[in-house]
Amino acid sequence: MSTRVFGQPIRRQEDPRLLTGRALFVDDIDLPGMLHVAFVRSDFAHARLGTVDVNAVRDRPGVAAVYTADDLGDYWQPGPLLVPPPPIERITFNQRTQVPLAKGKVHHVGEPIAVVVAESRYLAEDAVAEIFADLEPLDAVVDLEAAVAPDSPLVHDDIEGNLAAHVIQEKGDYQAVRGKADLLLERRFHYDHGTAAAMENRGVVAAWDERGQRLQIWDTTQAPIPIRNGLAGMLGLSESQVQVVAPFLGGGFGPKIMMFYPEEVLIPWIAMRLGRPVKWIEDRQENFFATTQERDQVHEAELAMTRDGRILGIRDVFLHDTGAYAPYGLTVPINSQCTLLGPYDVPHYYSEFKAVFTNKPIVTPYRGAGRQHGVFVMERLLDLAARELGLDPVEIRRRNYLPSDAFPHNHQIIYQDFTPLTYDSGNYEPILDKAVEMIGYRDFVSEEQPRLRKQGRRVGIGVVSYVEGTGIGPYEGARVTVQASGKVHLATGVGTQGQGHFTSFAQVVAEQLGVEVTDVSVTTGDTAELHWGTGTFASRGAVVAGNACHAAALEVRQKILKLASEELEVAEEDLELRDGKVGVRGVPEKVIALGELAQLANPLRGAVKPGTEPGLEATTYFGPDRGATAAGVHAMIVEVDPETWLVECKRYVVVHDCGTVINPLILEGQIEGGVAQGIGNAFYEHLVFNSEGQLMNASFMDYLLPTATDVPPIESAHLVTPSPLNPLGIKGAGEAGAIPVGPLFAQAIENALYDVDLEILEIPLSPNRLFELVAEQKE
Amino acid sequence: MKPAPFQYHAPSRLEEVLKLLAAHGDEAKVLAGGQSLVPTMNFRLAQPAVLIDLNRVEGLDGIREDDDGRLRIGAMARQRAVERSPLVAERAPLVHETMPYIAHPQIRNRGTFGGSIAHADPAAELPAVMLALRAQLLLRSRRGERRLTASEFFTGLFETALEPDEILAEVVLPSLPPATGWAFAEVSRRHGDYALVGAAAVVTLDGDVCTDARLTFLSVGEGPTEAAQAAAGLRGQNLTEATVTAAAETAANVDIDPPSDIHASEAYRRHLAGVLTKQVVNAAAKRARA
Repeated sequence: MSTRVFGQPIRRQEDPRLLTGRALFVDDIDLPGMLHVAFVRSDFAHARLGTVDVNAVRDRPGVAAVYTADDLGDYWQPGPLLVPPPPIERITFNQRTQVPLAKGKVHHVGEPIAVVVAESRYLAEDAVAEIFADLEPLDAVVDLEAAVAPDSPLVHDDIEGNLAAHVIQEKGDYQAVRGKADLLLERRFHYDHGTAAAMENRGVVAAWDERGQRLQIWDTTQAPIPIRNGLAGMLGLSESQVQVVAPFLGGGFGPKIMMFYPEEVLIPWIAMRLGRPVKWIEDRQENFFATTQERDQVHEAELAMTRDGRILGIRDVFLHDTGAYAPYGLTVPINSQCTLLGPYDVPHYYSEFKAVFTNKPIVTPYRGAGRQHGVFVMERLLDLAARELGLDPVEIRRRNYLPSDAFPHNHQIIYQDFTPLTYDSGNYEPILDKAVEMIGYRDFVSEEQPRLRKQGRRVGIGVVSYVEGTGIGPYEGARVTVQASGKVHLATGVGTQGQGHFTSFAQVVAEQLGVEVTDVSVTTGDTAELHWGTGTFASRGAVVAGNACHAAALEVRQKILKLASEELEVAEEDLELRDGKVGVRGVPEKVIALGELAQLANPLRGAVKPGTEPGLEATTYFGPDRGATAAGVHAMIVEVDPETWLVECKRYVVVHDCGTVINPLILEGQIEGGVAQGIGNAFYEHLVFNSEGQLMNASFMDYLLPTATDVPPIESAHLVTPSPLNPLGIKGAGEAGAIPVGPLFAQAIENALYDVDLEILEIPLSPNRLFELVAEQKE
Repeated sequence: MKPAPFQYHAPSRLEEVLKLLAAHGDEAKVLAGGQSLVPTMNFRLAQPAVLIDLNRVEGLDGIREDDDGRLRIGAMARQRAVERSPLVAERAPLVHETMPYIAHPQIRNRGTFGGSIAHADPAAELPAVMLALRAQLLLRSRRGERRLTASEFFTGLFETALEPDEILAEVVLPSLPPATGWAFAEVSRRHGDYALVGAAAVVTLDGDVCTDARLTFLSVGEGPTEAAQAAAGLRGQNLTEATVTAAAETAANVDIDPPSDIHASEAYRRHLAGVLTKQVVNAAAKRARA
């Protein structure tokens, strides 16, 4: 092997196109005769839906068609349940999924009622304004705890108690160990997560080619192949007739894999019906209602601990807001339930939750996918216990880490991938040591903080731990082809939303084939290129697709060696691949270029030998047995202004272990982006619904995303504990940055306000909320 | 998020603007920098039948000193131009100090000085500063010209004394007397956001005694809000910690009646108003002494 490219901080190949505005996004698709779509959406969170009077607009100039639920006929079907309930013994599950257009009742603000197709979006929106839907408002189910009260109105008339699911998972015997505890700490926690607010909203363009009998779809989806398969089935087409392309996406973060959104189902159907290309691009206001979100959970948790700070057990009972429908099953609350355990040894665990229907937008995974909620509960319990016991927050974590010889560690509860929650590998103490060293914990606590406190300044430090279950199955595939030019093409089935796949996957392949990274072109998210696969979610791209790329590259490497050994008449062991050629080690003149070899493998005359395939190409799949568990520690120093209650993050350190690193530069980008979203969740972003289920801040004027000036420089370091579950030893990193930021803010702010005996039991925070909490504490 | 249909006019002379306004009255809206109006139209919260674009009208964007030594700022002067004007920095340092708090540079590049004043958003900085500076506002219509003081001009929530056929043409800022200091401060969630509370102060001293004080707030009511009693309490006093604290309490608890909303409760706004009062009065007094 010549210079290694795997593991190197190579700049992203896709960036020149992205930065100069020459990359293809869905909204760039502009086809002759294209029609534009706007939706009539419910203004009410909960209402009986009577007639929808569209007669006034059917004949409006520029309007091509108007459809309500009744016009869809048999095509009107509730969406599929994406993830069925996992095999857990004590489980109740009431399935309810979204519909293309509302019928009978609307269940959340923004639920589509009718769709207008017109010559322009302007004309479509003008027509929408003229459509009258007869809506009789009903009491809305908004508050999570009120939703499960016996007198609550019902989101779905036939589902008692608004109960989407009730799940109990247990390990050991918490009730028994509780009696042996020196310390019992019980608190109520409220953790709210927000909307992903991807820079690009959703969009779908569909074009039906009547002569070619082919349907082409551009979709901002994280999972183009399942979308293709589903739509082919719904529309009565062969999968080979449908091509779904997910081009460059301006961020996904989870909500772009909610299959199937009503718009995804309707736009292709309309295009086929009208025989003209149809485009819908979600606007920012729609995005606040029509794209899925994450929201709140209320936890009642109890920690049983020894007086030297060792966890005996935890009991946690929580409510989870799933919104009006639950197409994604139990992924989010099960992540909360499982990730709560973190890097710690918890011998006894009782966890029970109810997922609850409310008249609010649908909840599906958003970066972190419920892990934040669980981590917040655990980290806060440890902080408060440390305070009770007079222990250092760093020390109490260290005492409870699973030791490095505890792996694989089976937590004896079922994870989101349906397998027992089992950590593949880990070594947590060095991560903590490194973070403590980088932030200068000891010096800060013993010298700097006392000095600044004397000046009247409120500075605080926080250190929190977490794990992230990543890289779950079922599988992904990759096809690697050496072309006649000598350049290599790689096709994968996953979609890409900014993760740098065009570079990291190219590195994996280039490493095996001895070519430059720039000579590996990559296609992602095009069902015409590779048509088996699932999608980009759950921090699995690098783990699952990355290993599929690796396997395909290895197979092509074998083909190259075999053919070259025949051509050059030397043993395969004496050959090496470098600089786009294969040659005999130590004999520089005895080489053959990969392009030449590719032509030899695909001859125009003669015969391809029986039992061999033409070309230097391989398609290979990889599916891990179960997820790989990454881990990390975040540390932060904050300053709180005791007059305005503004909080400034002075330093932020991340030490992270996601196994083998393909490209450290891309990894840092992932971590930094995650931290920025975590800071948003902890201190800026908050979806505020009123008692009627109306979102009070559905614009970026009032829904505050952290900006560049609100996110500090992030200092990061990486330790490597490879995963034994895949050949490359990779663990996922997509969500790590976002997961532990809430409890970190809570701990650091409490530490800064040392003279106020504050317990922060909720996220998000804000200056106003801190002012209130301090005022309550002083009363 | 597309606007409802509207008729669009882009005249190049003020007379044409005034003629169009006289013809269309309430049906028409004038478009200046568009930083508030265009989003409002895209949300279809505003659906003017006629839009009169001022961006091609000549002679509305000047920044100059008149024969009486007063600073005159044309309504269509871009906020960024006002921010960067050496004349404004010299003659109206409070305006100069305030400009960077208005949103972001991209917005100030388009947003106009007069547009922000005429929009009368209670969370906007310039209306409160106009009150503090006792600015005079020059309104034009086909019927003629009117000159109003800032306190006459701002009448309520997004409401002004502008008649449907009038536009705000120019702002006249009187010179500050000698030994006068000024200050502006605000608290916002993120830099460039609408402030949770903002405050402006202008303080004139004679030796140690405060002879005149003006204190105004934004984001604490239906429009820019003058803290008249707090300011009155400062006049004739030495500005000590005790008198300034008393003024802060009066401002926070007597002069203003702030709303609660999703970003700040009434109590938090009152608290911030007190904090900001001390900050701006002390800073203004320091400058008056310099």
